[in-house]
Amino acid sequence: MAYSELIKNFNRIRDYMREFYVFGFKSRDEYTGKSGRSYDDERRRIESWIGDYMRFNQTPEGKNVFISIDSRLTAHNPLYNAWKTKSFTDGDITLHFILFDILSNPEICLSITEIMEKMDDYLSCFREPRVFDESTIRKKLKEYVSEGLLLSEKRGRNICYKRAGDDVVLDEPRFDALDYFSEVVPCGVIGSFLLDKALEHDSHFVFKHHYITGAMDSEVLFAAFTAIREKRNVTIESTNRNRDRIKEHNVTPLRVMVSVQSGRQYLMAYSPLHNKKTSFRTDNIVSVKPEEICPNFDEREAELTKMLPHIWGVSTQSAYGNHLEHVEFTVTYADDELHIRNRLEREKRCGRVEHIDKNTSRFSADVYDILEMVPWIRTFICRITELHFSNKDLEKRFRRDLRDMYAMYEEGGEE
Amino acid sequence: MFFSELYGAYYNTVAAVLREAVSHPVSDADIRKIIEKHAFGESIITIPSALRDDRWKLIKSDGTTPIVNKPTLPLTLLQKRWLKAISNDPRVRLFSDDIFDFPEVEPLFLPSDYVVFDKYSDGDDYTDEKYIANFRMILDAIRKRYPLSIETLNRKGKTVKWVIMPEYLEYSEKDDKFRLIGYGSKYGSTVNLGRIVKMSPYDKPFSFNRKEDLRGNTESVVIEVNDKRNALERVLMHFAHFEKESERIGDDTYTVRIKYDREDETEMVIRILSFGPMIKVTAPQHFIDLIRERLSKQKSIWIK
Repeated sequence: MAYSELIKNFNRIRDYMREFYVFGFKSRDEYTGKSGRSYDDERRRIESWIGDYMRFNQTPEGKNVFISIDSRLTAHNPLYNAWKTKSFTDGDITLHFILFDILSNPEICLSITEIMEKMDDYLSCFREPRVFDESTIRKKLKEYVSEGLLLSEKRGRNICYKRAGDDVVLDEPRFDALDYFSEVVPCGVIGSFLLDKALEHDSHFVFKHHYITGAMDSEVLFAAFTAIREKRNVTIESTNRNRDRIKEHNVTPLRVMVSVQSGRQYLMAYSPLHNKKTSFRTDNIVSVKPEEICPNFDEREAELTKMLPHIWGVSTQSAYGNHLEHVEFTVTYADDELHIRNRLEREKRCGRVEHIDKNTSRFSADVYDILEMVPWIRTFICRITELHFSNKDLEKRFRRDLRDMYAMYEEGGEE
Repeated sequence: MFFSELYGAYYNTVAAVLREAVSHPVSDADIRKIIEKHAFGESIITIPSALRDDRWKLIKSDGTTPIVNKPTLPLTLLQKRWLKAISNDPRVRLFSDDIFDFPEVEPLFLPSDYVVFDKYSDGDDYTDEKYIANFRMILDAIRKRYPLSIETLNRKGKTVKWVIMPEYLEYSEKDDKFRLIGYGSKYGSTVNLGRIVKMSPYDKPFSFNRKEDLRGNTESVVIEVNDKRNALERVLMHFAHFEKESERIGDDTYTVRIKYDREDETEMVIRILSFGPMIKVTAPQHFIDLIRERLSKQKSIWIK
């Protein structure tokens, strides 16, 4: 099939974009499992969609392709472009614009026969006029009714169609709101679709600490939120870390958990099979299929809410099989370093901070998984005077890691 | 449907072409210009020929169109559901009192359906009426290009008086705070919105140098990543929002060069420390020294 910059299936491109953006050190040969031609086509497409953000690097192993974006310099997530690449037929686009010109305002309400007659008038002015059959037009009308673009109503024995009303005028304050929310709330790409309606508009926002890869999981989140709102079970297809195996899970989706420090998004769900709440990384989810309504959704949701004060990240159980683990550590700071004490207060997600004296504070918490907390504790390196984990193996590992760090940076050490 | 041509760049581009064509015949050059603005790098290969060869029966050979009205499209249900969702977010009031209302539509999500679990807890108060008024005035000043007179409280509780030409607003998801970035103030280019106590338009003559660099100096740090405990993926995801380049230098070893603002150096130091022995800074020397200093201080107080 001839190359086209538009695509039919989004999942194919999802992995490539993630690889190019997050990793960016692989050469063409390393994209194993995918044919060379497929790689070339996908690389070419992505380059066409996001232009200058695509970079190249020549290494002894070959040319590496990667996406490099400083999120503070870009007002809009460039990866959203990938969602604007759905392929269509010549008939689809012709029909679309003529149909909405015929139904140019909500007062015009026509039957399919009337629409077909008018459509023929539009098409007769071309050298080779095209005729759309009734079933094609009916299918398109039905699709647009389900998308909310058209309304159908019964007139006698006929069904008539009219354009849905414009409920909102997109003006400057609303476009400003879209600039902001399209970057900071889930499924922001929908805001980007709306921003495309602006004829002339400049964004007045930039974003710091801004992770953009979540954009690639928008459809997964859309399906998850829809199921949560409907209190419905779902079947999730998810892949493993190496992306070589797909597994099905029947679960009750409960909440989406977003990290603004790691760039990951998770779906928290109840698994009846394992009788526990568990998290799925959204970038590992291939599909979300709606199933039956969950009769005890509210109960499951309340259970999760009760657990939240003990969840540091998303883990609901320790890798060591413990129920709750206790952690406490003490930090010291100088008289003019009160910001350290403030850091403990504002960065803690659960637990308590006690101010022992004017230069010492202690943090303590009971959490499902201390391991999730270790990176945060390490940010206090140079101030930690005491540390205790109820999980002694993990405490030993923390100490060992610290000693390894000393060794790594010793003068004349392993540089 | 989520992935749909209705939201596609091609449909938007053709709508833009037709907006012109309903009032005057469009030339190839007109079409090319519209494609450059609305579509992708290689769209120029496809769109003009599809329109000119009558495959898409929308533009006649003389550049006119049988379409009568400028193309517009109502909002889809998907768009309304998302708008309804953001109308439930308290931050929407920063923009207007009455912004999106679709009584007949179910929101895509409620604020309680998702949790940003690691943002800091001392974020700006988006329900504070004074904060909302300040935010709206800043946005208005950015749009209409007028300077602002601002009073803030610094960390020591002292009042600082700024006159600044606002350029844009910066939002940090981690800090959950807005900052105004602008020109012409002797105190710098950044004002934290949460620290503003008084603000009004500045109506006296005001000059500033637009060439002033609003971003701090860019530095770079090179780290070596040992891919144990899935460290590589975690590191690359964690630093993904920076401009960066990564390279494999051994079987399980990689280097990553990350560019950052000098004013964020302390933050970079602690972010790197958070990965423990999985990553090691290899350049520049002053950054290595910053890490070394912290480790040496740590060694002197606990865990020899």
